[in-house]
Amino acid sequence: MTVTPVTNPESSADFSNEILLKMRDIRIDGYSDEQWHPIIKGVDLTLRRGEIMGLIGESGAGKSTLGKAAMGYTQPGCKLTSGSIIFDGIDLAKAKDREKRLLWGTRIAYVAQSAAASFNPAHRLIDQTVEAATRRGIRPDAESRADAVELFRALQLPDPETIGNRYPHQVSGGQLQRVMTAMAMSPRPDLIIFDEPTTALDVTTQVEVLASMRNIVAEFNTAAIYITHDLAVVAQMADFIQVLRYGEEVEEAPTRQMLTKPEMPYTKSLWSVRSLEKPEVKGEDIVLSINNIDAAYGPVKVLHDVSIKLPRGRTVAVVGESGSGKSTTARVMTGLLPPLSGTVTFNGEELPAALKDRSKDQLQRIQMIYQMADTAMNPRQTVEDIIGRPLEFYFGLKGKAREERILELLDMIELDESFMDRLPSELSGGQKQRICIARALAARPDIIICDEVTSALDQIVQEGILQLLLRLQKKYDITYLFITHDIATVKAISDEIVVMFEGEVVEQGLKSEILSPPFPAYTKLLLSSVPEMDPDWLTNLLEKRDD
Amino acid sequence: MSEQPDTYAASAEVGAVRTRRSGFERFGLLMKSAPPSAWFGMIVVAFYILVAIFADVIAPYGEAEIHSAAFAPWGDEFFFGTDQIGRDVLTRLIYGARNTMGIALATTFLSFLIGGGLGLVAAINRRWLDQALSRFVDVLMAIPSLIFALMLLSIFGSTITSLIIIIAVLDSTRVFRLTRAVAVNVAVMDYVEAAKLRGEGLGWIMRREILPNIMPPLVAEFGLRFCFVFLTIAALSFLGVGIQPPTADWGSMVRANASLIQFAKYDMTAAITPLLPAAAIALLTVAVNFIVDWFLQKTSGLRE
Repeated sequence: MTVTPVTNPESSADFSNEILLKMRDIRIDGYSDEQWHPIIKGVDLTLRRGEIMGLIGESGAGKSTLGKAAMGYTQPGCKLTSGSIIFDGIDLAKAKDREKRLLWGTRIAYVAQSAAASFNPAHRLIDQTVEAATRRGIRPDAESRADAVELFRALQLPDPETIGNRYPHQVSGGQLQRVMTAMAMSPRPDLIIFDEPTTALDVTTQVEVLASMRNIVAEFNTAAIYITHDLAVVAQMADFIQVLRYGEEVEEAPTRQMLTKPEMPYTKSLWSVRSLEKPEVKGEDIVLSINNIDAAYGPVKVLHDVSIKLPRGRTVAVVGESGSGKSTTARVMTGLLPPLSGTVTFNGEELPAALKDRSKDQLQRIQMIYQMADTAMNPRQTVEDIIGRPLEFYFGLKGKAREERILELLDMIELDESFMDRLPSELSGGQKQRICIARALAARPDIIICDEVTSALDQIVQEGILQLLLRLQKKYDITYLFITHDIATVKAISDEIVVMFEGEVVEQGLKSEILSPPFPAYTKLLLSSVPEMDPDWLTNLLEKRDD
Repeated sequence: MSEQPDTYAASAEVGAVRTRRSGFERFGLLMKSAPPSAWFGMIVVAFYILVAIFADVIAPYGEAEIHSAAFAPWGDEFFFGTDQIGRDVLTRLIYGARNTMGIALATTFLSFLIGGGLGLVAAINRRWLDQALSRFVDVLMAIPSLIFALMLLSIFGSTITSLIIIIAVLDSTRVFRLTRAVAVNVAVMDYVEAAKLRGEGLGWIMRREILPNIMPPLVAEFGLRFCFVFLTIAALSFLGVGIQPPTADWGSMVRANASLIQFAKYDMTAAITPLLPAAAIALLTVAVNFIVDWFLQKTSGLRE
């Protein structure tokens, strides 16, 4: 990379600063399938003090591997084959492990995607926050603790004085992610690597975490590498953006320039994904409805008087943050969780509440697609077994007829014969989800319940899946109940929207009605929290909310 | 990762592994990666199996054939000498491999059938059935198994059938616990839920959805359990309630010739004679454990 001249005077990147990190011709190989494969194929990266760089790309692009390499670290099963990593005059590619360990945690910090999995559940938050600073003798323990409280305050954590005394399981996911940022900031590092820190959070929580991360990094003039696959998020955080694909750099430019004038066709395609939108159609013929449902897991009541109607051949999107009862509603519909009271009506007749009382025919009519395609398919079954089983089970298809129908289904989901004998581990994320769709289609259902089916996927793959679902709906008149927390997805696929909050339906109606003012308070919060592709969006939003 | 299209196509997405190998090729790769300890284990086990199968051919004499000289020394006629009533020790060792290993194998299979089956059922039906089975297993496990086995064997008699059934039932408690513990983790996966939603019965869910996914720990446990069963049978035989004469068996051979050890200062080989069957047991146990260790390391996905 050569330093791009500043074409946009508004850009906050200051190119006069001293260079902190210089990576040249980085090549990393990964070991899989008894062979070494190149993962990073000669990428350059330059970062100056106080700058935030966004590293984006789809999964498998090598962005996490490159981010970790910036610390001089490669995961087990990976090796750095060539290149130099100059961090403040030290070549980390050649440095000994002992030298690198002295830098890690003090001058270079890492914030992982899943905070919950990265904390030790047996220690209090404050002890873990100050550990690096105290153990490395940066300052005395008491000072570190006082400083940690200030960091908690700066990160807008509730009760900054006492929150450190809690254990990791006693705070929420968003709070934990902020504590982890405090932990990284505590020794005042020169460089922080954020590896998808908000991917696992709800939109409403994500906004708060993003804002506090951005503030604290700016306050201490820390350089940061921000890894994500969400463009809208990176637009809020980064001074400039580097796009990776297949382990190679596609394009690099200051954020504003990148958003307004992307040059490469691949970058352009990434940018256009979010523009998918389906024209809504009102549906009259109600195929399934749940009426006045109350449901509970043991003593905890999760649903309160929920009623939802699904018109035939339409998509009803259920939105809300996690814990709002979206998935529980789906479980009631499928019979996995018999409700305490209320009824489920299908084609005018009442369905038995419990799964075991429903007939094979009734089961066949309602199919489900899960969020994590990984866990929704048996890892020991081939694609042929997975798609073929509903065919055998519901229609008694065998031999040639079964095989033909499988090929037909594979064709519908835009895959071919060569996938027949693959195992789920041999498929990519999008392909796995397609196989799950084919499994649902195999039953020839009236209704498919889609539980966050695209949220684990990259945007470009998401679009492909959404378009597939829309095409299938048109062709076979399938009704979707689409559970999601992503408003862009809702716009793309739904006819009607149900907004849920704390186990109750806040609003229900046609897409155009719900998405236009006046909004109830919660709908407004939810809609305004969805990141937009405007680098000023977060700043404007926070100003607006403060008013 | 050779294709890199500019536009998006579902079938060209990069998956984790692109090459698919036949079962034979994968077996070949597996064998190539086996460490020396695993090779040692496999060779020893293969040797034992061959001896057990071809016992009739290899053994110089009949299993219960009694010769005139009791406690004969090692020599050309009787390679490892004879025992207290004049039976060839080498012959008995060879037949012992067949009897002891055969019974141990049958017992282990039976205990996995009982324990594994019930463990799966308990993992799927988490309500009263799980409670009832688990508590019953707790009660069985609370009684020291060797003493319990001794008691049951004295009630039902020391026939080979009752030996197999009693040890299998007592041992199945451990298998039950393991199966239930690993199956519970699999039973909450979405694909099991998907199978339930499809309307599949208990049998399908057990055999096709859960069992294939818990095989690695079960196979490893099978190797270990086999060793323990083996030792239990040897111990019971040593105590005289296991495999009954004239059937050759390593445990009872140790007991029968144990007194020879005190002649060590006069004749080393005589003292070694009772240790031969013990060494046979020890070698097999070590060999099986080497294989199990390798298998565990392989399936736990640990590198380096």
